[in-house]
Amino acid sequence: MTDAVIWTVILALGVGTFLIRFSFLGLIGTRPMPPLVLRLLRYTPVAVLPGLVAPLVVWPAATGGTLDPARLCAAAVALVVGLWTRSVIPAVLAGFATLYLGLWLTGAF
Amino acid sequence: MALATGKSAYLQGVRDGMPFLLVAVPFAALFGVSAVEAGLSIGQAMGFSVLVIAGASQFAALQMIVDNAGVALTLLAALAVNLRMAMYSASLVPYLGEAPLWKRACVSYLLFDQSYVAAVARYEADGTMRLRDRVAFFFGVATPIAPTWVLATLAGALLGARIPDAAALDFALPITFIAMVGPMLRTLAHVAAALVSVVVGLALVGLPSGTGLLIAAACAMAAGVIVEGKQT
Repeated sequence: MTDAVIWTVILALGVGTFLIRFSFLGLIGTRPMPPLVLRLLRYTPVAVLPGLVAPLVVWPAATGGTLDPARLCAAAVALVVGLWTRSVIPAVLAGFATLYLGLWLTGAF
Repeated sequence: MALATGKSAYLQGVRDGMPFLLVAVPFAALFGVSAVEAGLSIGQAMGFSVLVIAGASQFAALQMIVDNAGVALTLLAALAVNLRMAMYSASLVPYLGEAPLWKRACVSYLLFDQSYVAAVARYEADGTMRLRDRVAFFFGVATPIAPTWVLATLAGALLGARIPDAAALDFALPITFIAMVGPMLRTLAHVAAALVSVVVGLALVGLPSGTGLLIAAACAMAAGVIVEGKQT
């Protein structure tokens, strides 16, 4: 793509992304939402993030899409530590520690 | 007093946003590196991080540009990745819907995974929070993250290929998102939603970028509500 085309993509993507983010906050504003919708929305984060991450864990782009034991273990440890400590930072650190240990053990370092 | 609580809510937000720098820095730096490697100028890499400010979709767009996919398909793929943010937007309406329009517009610009997750976690934990404090808290969360996102992109673009592949920064995003989900699995309904999301997400991975995720998220939200209903 040429420079001008790439800038077109950047600008259009910026505007489009803002409109997606502004959609409900901007349009609905103070109007009340039905109770069922509110209950559905409570599960938004746990409904979106796992589905977003699962393919990245099972088929990592860095290994050309083949299952990688180091990355799989790192994901499992991050989940278990997050469940156990109920906080994000220890889970991230434990996940990265496991990833580097695994990469070192499997000789990818 | 009102001013004091507004300020402390903001500072609380800054504190809650800090941990996400662990993610934002490597992820944005990786984007900067990848953008320059793909042949974009430093200005274009910065344009993405300032105007789009949504990591996953920036990578999706970059991949499509590298594949020479054309403007329409590139936009479609990258916007599909961001459709989840419409759900974030909807789920914030009960908490922030009564704020002035310009504040809602600013919140929208700063609405990414991390700010959303941190804000909803706080709003759910503290039901007595006033509207003004909720807004202040949200801006607090975004304050460390957004500038760091832009600066780390610049650092990555300038450093270019000097960051070794062995650093495995590609996995910074999955690890962080998983670390964010763990503490959210408070009830059986949340666990059911997460499991359905994973299974459907994996099953539909062949669909065009982002589409499978939307279907998976819809099924998962329904699963959460159904399991919740069975328990009460």
